[in-house]
Amino acid sequence: MENTEKLRQVFAESLEIDKNKVVDSLEYNSIPEWDSVAHMSLVAAIDSAFDIMLDTDDVIDMSSFGEAKKILAKYDVEF
Amino acid sequence: MSFFAELEHFSANTAAIDAHGTPYRYGELVDAADTFGRALQTDRKSLVFILCRNNIETLAGYLGTLRAGHTGVLLAANTDRGLMANLLELYRPDFIWGPSDRGGDARFTWKGYALSAGPSPREEAIHPELALLLSTSGSTGSPKMVRLTAANLEANAQSIAEYLALDETERPITSLPMNYSYGLSVVNSHLKVGATLLLTDASIITRPFWTAFNDLKATSFAGVPYTYEMLRRIKFFTMDLPGLRTMTQAGGKLTPEFAREFAEYAAANQLRFFIMYGQTEATARISYVPPEQAVEKHRSIGVAIPRGELRLIDGDGNPITQPGVDGELVYTGPNVMLGYAQSSADLVKGNELNGELHTGDIARFDDDGFYYVTGRKKRFIKIFGNRVNLDEIEHYLKGRGYVSVCGGRDDLLCVATTEPGKVDEIKKLVTATYGFHHTAVRVAEVAEILKSASGKIQYERIFEGMLD
Repeated sequence: MENTEKLRQVFAESLEIDKNKVVDSLEYNSIPEWDSVAHMSLVAAIDSAFDIMLDTDDVIDMSSFGEAKKILAKYDVEF
Repeated sequence: MSFFAELEHFSANTAAIDAHGTPYRYGELVDAADTFGRALQTDRKSLVFILCRNNIETLAGYLGTLRAGHTGVLLAANTDRGLMANLLELYRPDFIWGPSDRGGDARFTWKGYALSAGPSPREEAIHPELALLLSTSGSTGSPKMVRLTAANLEANAQSIAEYLALDETERPITSLPMNYSYGLSVVNSHLKVGATLLLTDASIITRPFWTAFNDLKATSFAGVPYTYEMLRRIKFFTMDLPGLRTMTQAGGKLTPEFAREFAEYAAANQLRFFIMYGQTEATARISYVPPEQAVEKHRSIGVAIPRGELRLIDGDGNPITQPGVDGELVYTGPNVMLGYAQSSADLVKGNELNGELHTGDIARFDDDGFYYVTGRKKRFIKIFGNRVNLDEIEHYLKGRGYVSVCGGRDDLLCVATTEPGKVDEIKKLVTATYGFHHTAVRVAEVAEILKSASGKIQYERIFEGMLD
């Protein structure tokens, strides 16, 4: 639960959107704030917040907030 | 002869494959384009706003407009509402071709796009040679446009096809938008040789892009410096891309270390990596580095494209003939625009440049005749490949009541304001209006706008602490 909040905070800050907009169904490119530039900034923020280095496949598969949680689980981040 | 008459020679070739995997032959594309052309009114030369996505509707609308002798304006389909309203008022098009979900009365529809009449068509005439308007700043929707002729587009496409040695087996994937001169140059140069465009709007950092890339066997992609930075982060060098032959880079200066890395990677993997330079004012392309010299000359913008010529002039306009001496880069060629347009009143204007473009870039050349950009004369920066005029943003903010000045470097716009407590407000306004990511914009409050004794704004001193 704690990590869900942490990830939600990272999303809200990187995309500069309200935290309550960060829900599982929030998708890449579905809002102007989440474009490719924001995506790279988001990836860097996740890397540093969770002290990991996302793989190529994970960077390009991270197409929604829900997907991001699934991907992070592979890096032993518990939700 | 109609625009891109050679399209008809390739009628059995596949011109494009869209994001759904549907192929379109050149014959079908020409038919769709000419059907579209007939839907445009014919009693006068018309202006058509084309709201671009990398899809078959945009391609047919663009070709149809030009083949029917009208004038197209290529704009991003996702252009901010306010900027679009401003453009409609300034240029007053006869028609708008865009996604059907925009609403309004459609006079003609094809697939997902609809043609509607402009809200208040202008009265001024259009110069007979004017074929296309492109924004000077790519996707940021600046109202300042470059005026291009069909001959400009054809000449640049021909030069590019020559130095890239393109043929009909090429399958470029559209990694850049068509309303951006570089993205459009990929389209034009490949149509010229009967190649197959792989149409997608997907970004290179998403799964759909790489699925299309591999399934449709892309042979090349094009990228701005930021594209190459993203590619590094997703470990491009470890990807298995058997169909890839060529990578091109333009739209700003790639960091020398990255340029060298990509050039070395290409050399080691039998790929061609083209470092290139250009401006929308020259349709797109001005110079390129031959790929066999990419490692050695990775800091260079290369040599002029076929049928173009580069030279340098000093502050008094005299030619610079010595290697290693800085001067303004001047380009001459058949792809140089007619001139700029700021509104519909400028559409009747003829050729104001006569084939000679003062680029505003400061450059030098080496003993081998390769050019190097070392600075800029004009006040603009590039944000993720799109040119941003600093004076224009200053002017915009002033219009909104904020006393401020703009500076920065590529990929970082800095604003200094004397308005107390308005930092966040200004940052929000700039990011929303121009669509920049917030990490590309810094706003700071300053006690005063520093000026020299003669009253000149001291941009360097104002922004020296903000650029790290």
